[in-house]
Amino acid sequence: MLTRSSPGPDAAEHEGAIVIAIVDYGAGNLNSVKKAFDYLGAEVVVTDQSATVAAAEKIVLPGVGHFSSLRALDRTGLREALLQAASADKSFLGICLGMQWFFEGSEECSDLAGAAIFPGKCRQFPSSVKSPHVGWNSLAVQEGSRLLRGIAQDSFVYYTHSFHAPVDAATTAISEYGLPFAGAVERGNIFGVQFHPEKSGDVGLAILKNFCEV
Amino acid sequence: MLTKRIIACLDMDGGRVVKGVKFKNLRDAGDPAVCASAHARNGADEIVLLDITATSGNRHTLLDAVSLTARSLFVPFTVGGGIRQLEDAASVFEAGADKIAINSAAVRDPALIGKIAGRFGTQAVVVAIDARKVDGSFEVFVAGGRVPTGRDAIQWAREAAARGAGEILLTSMDRDGTQSGFDCELVRAVAEAVSIPVIASGGAGSARDFIEVFCDGRADAALAASIFHFGIENISDLKRELHDASVPVRWPC
Repeated sequence: MLTRSSPGPDAAEHEGAIVIAIVDYGAGNLNSVKKAFDYLGAEVVVTDQSATVAAAEKIVLPGVGHFSSLRALDRTGLREALLQAASADKSFLGICLGMQWFFEGSEECSDLAGAAIFPGKCRQFPSSVKSPHVGWNSLAVQEGSRLLRGIAQDSFVYYTHSFHAPVDAATTAISEYGLPFAGAVERGNIFGVQFHPEKSGDVGLAILKNFCEV
Repeated sequence: MLTKRIIACLDMDGGRVVKGVKFKNLRDAGDPAVCASAHARNGADEIVLLDITATSGNRHTLLDAVSLTARSLFVPFTVGGGIRQLEDAASVFEAGADKIAINSAAVRDPALIGKIAGRFGTQAVVVAIDARKVDGSFEVFVAGGRVPTGRDAIQWAREAAARGAGEILLTSMDRDGTQSGFDCELVRAVAEAVSIPVIASGGAGSARDFIEVFCDGRADAALAASIFHFGIENISDLKRELHDASVPVRWPC
């Protein structure tokens, strides 16, 4: 069953058209992600139900905190629903820990497998820099990203994390903190951002708007 | 490149933003939601809302203010004041805060830091420390700066970090509200003692003060209230000055 949130300001034009499922697996606070989509007039639902994830047109996997909190996805059956959505090429945005889940795993919790949609493991920052990496950092935007369409080179976004994903062919934006790391990744309809678009002011809202429109 | 953050602080009393000098003589500075949006539009990297006279009686006043402020704020939003237990923190997060700041409650029950971090993540826990120089070292004060604890601020910052604090919000009581500059000695001592970000607070009066606390004080972020509320320093002008002085900031923003 699809439970829907109260309509945002522009809900009428989206009625029945777009339902974005924000996956709730008990990790941190989903309010700010939902609030940002509400502000954009998108129709969003926060859910912990696999059936709702399966029925939604787009999926957002948020999350902050420890990689081990993603274990809840395995316990609840959400993992299967998310992997199916990914293989069906449904529009899917992973934010912070949600993006890290797209990789093979993380040094933070080595016995927990990620989705392995992108190759490589998330690693800790080098000891030459303070950890966690907290604050506004600039993005070196690569060409051709649909999620980052219209985002100016060196735009600032807000990060808060201790582990980072490797830079490879799927990387669409790079930030530097002790080393270059993947700020954003993209392949087909799978999008990941290590930063928090919901906390990154107008730049972040523009990125979420792009996701609504892909 | 990671930038130095400029944080606008709203001290709230009974649902209104106020500002005093050395924690006294409060002046009205407006509505929290309006102030927060204005600061964010002006370039504030983050907003902190502190309920300075929080009691259980006006709990709903705080939660209403948090919820109204959070609704149209899309930069990180920290809320402090009157958070004594995990449930208090949970209700503030529920109302829309991204991080909570705890001060007296953490000194009274240091395990609270780990409890909140365990449920909401370390990035969501800011431990606020009010410190004043006493006999050559920095002592922690609680209850809005009224009660000395006998604790050393640097050791307490280390312990807070070890227990799961994500950031330290360090206020110099000697400088608070004086606009005579941050206490770079205090800030640097704490910033070098912990690996988590340190937010310097107390004493901001000019762009020069911010440059000093970022360069000499090694602060990761600097917080100010009165100079922003009363228009003495405009955040976007401040950031341009910092940028011109080669301090990395989010500018233009």
